[in-house]
Amino acid sequence: MSHFRIAVHITPRRGILDPQGKTVAGALHTLGFASVTDVHVGRYIIVEIDAADRSDAERQTREMCEKLLANPVIEDFEIADARHPDALGASGGPAFSSGRP
Amino acid sequence: MKFGIVVFPGSNSDYDTYHAVVDQLGEEAVYLWHKDHDLQNSDVIVLPGGFSYGDYLRAGAIARFSPIMNDVIAFAKKGGPVIGICNGFQIACEAGLLPGALLRNESLKYICEFVRLRVTSTDTIFSNRYEDGATALMPISHGDGRYTADSETVDRLEGEGRVVFRYLGGLRDADEWWSPNGSMRAIAGIVNEQGNVLGMMPHPERAVDPLLGSDDGLAIFESLLSRVGV
Repeated sequence: MSHFRIAVHITPRRGILDPQGKTVAGALHTLGFASVTDVHVGRYIIVEIDAADRSDAERQTREMCEKLLANPVIEDFEIADARHPDALGASGGPAFSSGRP
Repeated sequence: MKFGIVVFPGSNSDYDTYHAVVDQLGEEAVYLWHKDHDLQNSDVIVLPGGFSYGDYLRAGAIARFSPIMNDVIAFAKKGGPVIGICNGFQIACEAGLLPGALLRNESLKYICEFVRLRVTSTDTIFSNRYEDGATALMPISHGDGRYTADSETVDRLEGEGRVVFRYLGGLRDADEWWSPNGSMRAIAGIVNEQGNVLGMMPHPERAVDPLLGSDDGLAIFESLLSRVGV
């Protein structure tokens, strides 16, 4: 058993009205970031888990997403690597290791 | 008739529902603790309004896995009447008892006010005491009430007469749909395919006495009496 930090990114499903994202995009335009075309505001969850290996940890996390962490009616999720505590730093985001559901 | 009112941590409309059923309707009501597995032989289950589990993750997402929800889902699958009000509507959607989901209000603001509703289906066990085309005045009080589903689902709801309540143009007399929260097609309340589960964002249990500003919500409880009749 090893310990893993699995990150989950949850975002509004494409095509679903995201008033929060629209409001943030408007504010960015006001600040002069004219090249911003769209913003989506979602949620970032870190699951700390003991598992046999990384793929097992990701498989379990995917199941958690399907059952609870994301609502498939309105949200998409992506599973990423959050092994390094500084993965959130501005110098480089977490590397995505698997695609959309 | 016995109404079982589920009490989740963070429910706040449970007492209002009890008052509506016991004091205004003159029927029996019991509270059902979310950790129990006993529906106490209730004839109707109410998932009340509130902020179960602090609305953490998504409104209703955690409550949906409360121990008692297994029993509520089994009760609903057998055709037992279930009313989900406000947070209860959100929980019913999360539990898969009703299609769709309730998202953050389009204005991003919490809305607490009286709204006018059009009763768009009087052919349900929850609305048969309303006259065809009746309007009803009830309060809404929510931050996440924007009903959303894919358009095929909404088409089906409309085609099968399962949209029970729609928002009308505020307090004005205008007979036009209006979504205070951005709901698709101004949907305020729906029933499931079998017609035994109702979910609605407005609070009928807070509109049961003229003293409260309206008693238009009482007809929902009366409808159940005449149809389920125990």
